[in-house]
Amino acid sequence: MTQNPSRDLLLLAGFSFAVLAMPLWMAPLGAAYPDLLQKFAIYGIFAIGFNILFGLTGYLSFGHAAFLGVGSYTAVWCFKLLTMNVIPAVLCGTAVAGLFALAIGYISLRRSGIYFSILTLAFAQMSYNMAYSVLTPITNGETGLQITRTDPRLIDTAIWGPSTIIPHTNLFGIPMSGYTGFYFCAVLLIAAFYIAMRIARSPFGTMLRAIRSNQTRLNYTGVNSRPYALAAFVISGLYAGLAGALLAVTDPLAGAERMQWTASGEVVLMTILGGVGTLLGPVLGAAMIKYLENIFSAFNNQTLHAFFSFLPDPLEDAVVAVTHLFVGEGWQLTLGVMFMVLVVFLPGGVMEGVDRLGRRLRRTREPSTPVRHAATPSGTT
Amino acid sequence: MKDTVRRDVLKGMGAIGAGIAAPAFFIRNAWAADFRNNPGNAKSITLGFNVPQSGPYADEGNDELKAFKLAVKHLNGEGDGGMMKTLKPSSLKGNGILGKKVQYVTGDTQTKADAARASAKRMIEKDGVIMFSGGSSSAVAVATQSLAQEMGVMFMVGLSHSNDTTMKDRRRYGFRHFFNAYMSGQALAPILAQEMGKDRNAYHLTADYTWGWTQEESLKNATEKLGWKTTKAVRTPLGAGDFSQYITPVLNSGADVLILNHYGKDMVNSLRQAVQFGMRDKMVNGKRFEIVVPLYSRLMAQGAGDAVKGILGTANWHWTLQDEATKVFTKSFGQEYGEPPSQAAHTCYVQALLYANAVEKAGTFYPPEVIKTLEGFKFDGMGNGPTEYRAGDHQCLKDVLVMRGAAKPNGRFGLLEVVKVVPRKQVEYDAKMGGGELGPYTV
Amino acid sequence: MDAILLQLLNGLDKGGAYALIALGLTLIFGTLGVVNFAHGALFMLGGFCAVTIHKLLTVSRQVKDASVTFFDSYKEVPYLQIWFGDTGMRIIDYAVPLSVLLAIPLMLLLGIVVERGLIRHFYGRPHADQILVTFGLAIVLQEIIKAYFGANPIPMPTPAALSGSADIGSWFGLAQPLDYPWWRLVYFLFSLAVIAAVFAFLRFTTFGMVVRAGMRDRETVGLFGINIERRFTIVFGIAVVVAGVAGAMYTPILAPDYHMGMEFLVLSFVVVVVGGMGSLGGAVLAGFLLGILQSLASMNEVKNIVPGIDQVIIYLVAVVILLVRPRGLLGRKGLMET
Repeated sequence: MTQNPSRDLLLLAGFSFAVLAMPLWMAPLGAAYPDLLQKFAIYGIFAIGFNILFGLTGYLSFGHAAFLGVGSYTAVWCFKLLTMNVIPAVLCGTAVAGLFALAIGYISLRRSGIYFSILTLAFAQMSYNMAYSVLTPITNGETGLQITRTDPRLIDTAIWGPSTIIPHTNLFGIPMSGYTGFYFCAVLLIAAFYIAMRIARSPFGTMLRAIRSNQTRLNYTGVNSRPYALAAFVISGLYAGLAGALLAVTDPLAGAERMQWTASGEVVLMTILGGVGTLLGPVLGAAMIKYLENIFSAFNNQTLHAFFSFLPDPLEDAVVAVTHLFVGEGWQLTLGVMFMVLVVFLPGGVMEGVDRLGRRLRRTREPSTPVRHAATPSGTT
Repeated sequence: MKDTVRRDVLKGMGAIGAGIAAPAFFIRNAWAADFRNNPGNAKSITLGFNVPQSGPYADEGNDELKAFKLAVKHLNGEGDGGMMKTLKPSSLKGNGILGKKVQYVTGDTQTKADAARASAKRMIEKDGVIMFSGGSSSAVAVATQSLAQEMGVMFMVGLSHSNDTTMKDRRRYGFRHFFNAYMSGQALAPILAQEMGKDRNAYHLTADYTWGWTQEESLKNATEKLGWKTTKAVRTPLGAGDFSQYITPVLNSGADVLILNHYGKDMVNSLRQAVQFGMRDKMVNGKRFEIVVPLYSRLMAQGAGDAVKGILGTANWHWTLQDEATKVFTKSFGQEYGEPPSQAAHTCYVQALLYANAVEKAGTFYPPEVIKTLEGFKFDGMGNGPTEYRAGDHQCLKDVLVMRGAAKPNGRFGLLEVVKVVPRKQVEYDAKMGGGELGPYTV
Repeated sequence: MDAILLQLLNGLDKGGAYALIALGLTLIFGTLGVVNFAHGALFMLGGFCAVTIHKLLTVSRQVKDASVTFFDSYKEVPYLQIWFGDTGMRIIDYAVPLSVLLAIPLMLLLGIVVERGLIRHFYGRPHADQILVTFGLAIVLQEIIKAYFGANPIPMPTPAALSGSADIGSWFGLAQPLDYPWWRLVYFLFSLAVIAAVFAFLRFTTFGMVVRAGMRDRETVGLFGINIERRFTIVFGIAVVVAGVAGAMYTPILAPDYHMGMEFLVLSFVVVVVGGMGSLGGAVLAGFLLGILQSLASMNEVKNIVPGIDQVIIYLVAVVILLVRPRGLLGRKGLMET
């Protein structure tokens, strides 16, 4: 696997540019409003971290939504108790999620394969149930944890006195909503991407890949693989915590649903959709799923009719009747169909598709082995 | 270059979105005294309807959406005008709102606070809505109400029954027409005492979220004041499905009334299972065992089937009321969709009309002015009798209906019958109750 | 005492549902080596089979009825009643048990189609792929049902003869009368019957013997010249049928809605792992045990000691078992132990 530092730099530069310019090139797609852009960045971070555990190390975890939730709740409590400045919230959220990941990872990694997955699933559901009904003084159950005017906010009240309105999250005065919030998340996304890239290229990353290709063999050579796997787990937990904290930064309400196992399932799908083991794949997958979720579910009969108005009337009605099932309230159907199609035909995700297209364009005579799970990612991604 | 290929893939994928998406890039006006999504001189304005389209309340969300579409139709002067004809005092002219045509966008709350907020944000930031409404869960209502306050766009609450929405979590930019748990408790308790006697022991099974908590508290307080005793109150997880493990302890607990603080899917299952366990036929402490369902909905009654016969509860509105406005609305909705409207549909329709009316009366879309107009607004002719939108907490004070499951259901839609229309005076309370503060007019 | 007895009974009939779903899952995993995340959706489909058949049986004609005073004054009278009178009504009454009979061929067909069309291509693939494609399938099935039947739970009636409750107290010689719904007892017995049928099939037929051999060691069976893959379709079909009839009979207890599959799915996987992946007896045993555990944990006395225990007890037990004895209760030593 050839390492090409200049190519990596080019990739990083290209990625940074694409991310920072998102409000511009997303506009024609109808995705340029701040909330969606923030979600792209945040779930991109989540997916990158998850990919380190799943794509590089080969452990499928269904529990990462719990870390996302823990990060969010910690961040909101930081807002309530300390200050509305986002720095402590982000740091605390990430740290606490990392500790939680350490605890859960230590127990779960005693098993591997499907047992590991079910263990993480069990932990995730436990955490969700606890957050939902048992720990309601901390999490406020289903309604979600909110900021009120009368929160202690020790640091803020010490500097500026008690607040007269419900304050906004801010970075030293710059409000973290709207586009500024997106740019904050985007910068962190680029940093996260860079760190993931460095991990993948490092000897540590090679060790993780070795765990994935055959852990038993690795153990037989005398290497203790457990600490590496645990480190990968904790790193992905830190990423998840960061994503959760950013969710709270851009929208200071932490609901319990983000801890459900189906939310974990969502990040699995994002990673696989984009391309497991690749660098860009998870971010792409996250963007696509969030786009589908927000834009597709907004289509209704009205918009469909407007779109297909160029067809003659009876044809238009027929087409709308069919597509209506796949958008609006039926958008999950599109999601399900997409996964099935993807896993059957394009298991390497979108990146594999792009790879194949690229290869065909370049007309190189490479053996047509499907790039599944990209055990040794060819090229830069 | 790989980046170009990637971008082409994404652009191709987004072709559908490009064709349909509303102007995506909202550029805020730079000058002062402006407000978010100011329509300016535009020929139309957009309303946002954030309803549950998936999840346990999807059917109710569907009904709410139908009502909203009907309201938009009537506001634009089409159709038969519906309750615009009966609203008093009305400033509505039937040519849109302030002459601008009314359009709408829809969103899916999925009955989750996170998803609802994301959907509302999309409608505000991308589609430029001037007001948004809808919803079937109090958790969602509270979450979106605070979002409305943060973003400076008015939110007309859909179906939300928890006290918190206009008490602890009240907001200046949120308005609720639907009644709340306290009003239910005040209306229901005297009827219960009348029918079941004052010497009763109640066992509460409560859905474990804000609505369940406040409903249990309100009914508990109201019944205890009349002499009942509360044996126990148990929290059940939302969406539990099988309630047998919670129902079996009831029989031997010494209680002779089971109060199900459940709604939606929970109510369908818990009520049916309680009836299956033979609770309706029991005699405890020498009295017949009774079941009470404090909040009714026709759609859920359809789900529960035979189990609702004879069970008491409350509702905000029912289509069988005989006043002029109800008849007009039921006829209008029925002609459009072939079935009578549910209370969720009714409240959403009314909220849309009330907002439009307030804007017309204020003469501007500027939220602080519209809010001031709506605060303290007294009206009639919307199906609930004389109603006041109280300024202190943005809650509509009006009559409350006590319902009972019909012993002989009258067709598919006549599953519930009105027992009593409890007058407003009996259910009123002080605006300061529950704490909370509305917040500023300008954000 | 009677509280415990009641909760035990609750656990048994809930455990019956878990056991049946877990049985199907283990069959699929043990024989085919496929992790099937669509199994909950199949359980849900069985429930909707019952709904469809009930709807079919009650296809009605609109009879003008002046006594219905408002909103389209008609009453709906089922055709079966018009044609067959009382017998017709009795058929409608027993719609749920009848639907079991009809669900069997339907679910078998569905199982064969799914296996031939989709699962067959995933035998050698990593578990993650199998999980994803079956998860996608589950979502698609769910959404189709939602699009067609709506999102509201649809209540199903118990046959009138069985809709009351039995006086358990007198059976056990207790002084106080203790009531328990008939249908739940029927469901428990039904689940036992189905489990017995599956076990009998595996034990007493040649086909079953081959399947059992394949579960134990697929390679050797292949070396004997037996083409086990051809039998996979039937095995998958059986597993789907088991899930389907479990769902169909469960409908009077829990009104089916499109989402119930997902809720049962997670618990079923936990049950399978606790019982031992690949052990049929373990799956059944674990199903009943966990059902009973969940019911007992939600007793108020227990909740007073450890609040919220009923929410997490199943997962706690699963975690403990996975750590202490990863092969599960009845799993074979060395199978998937890392």
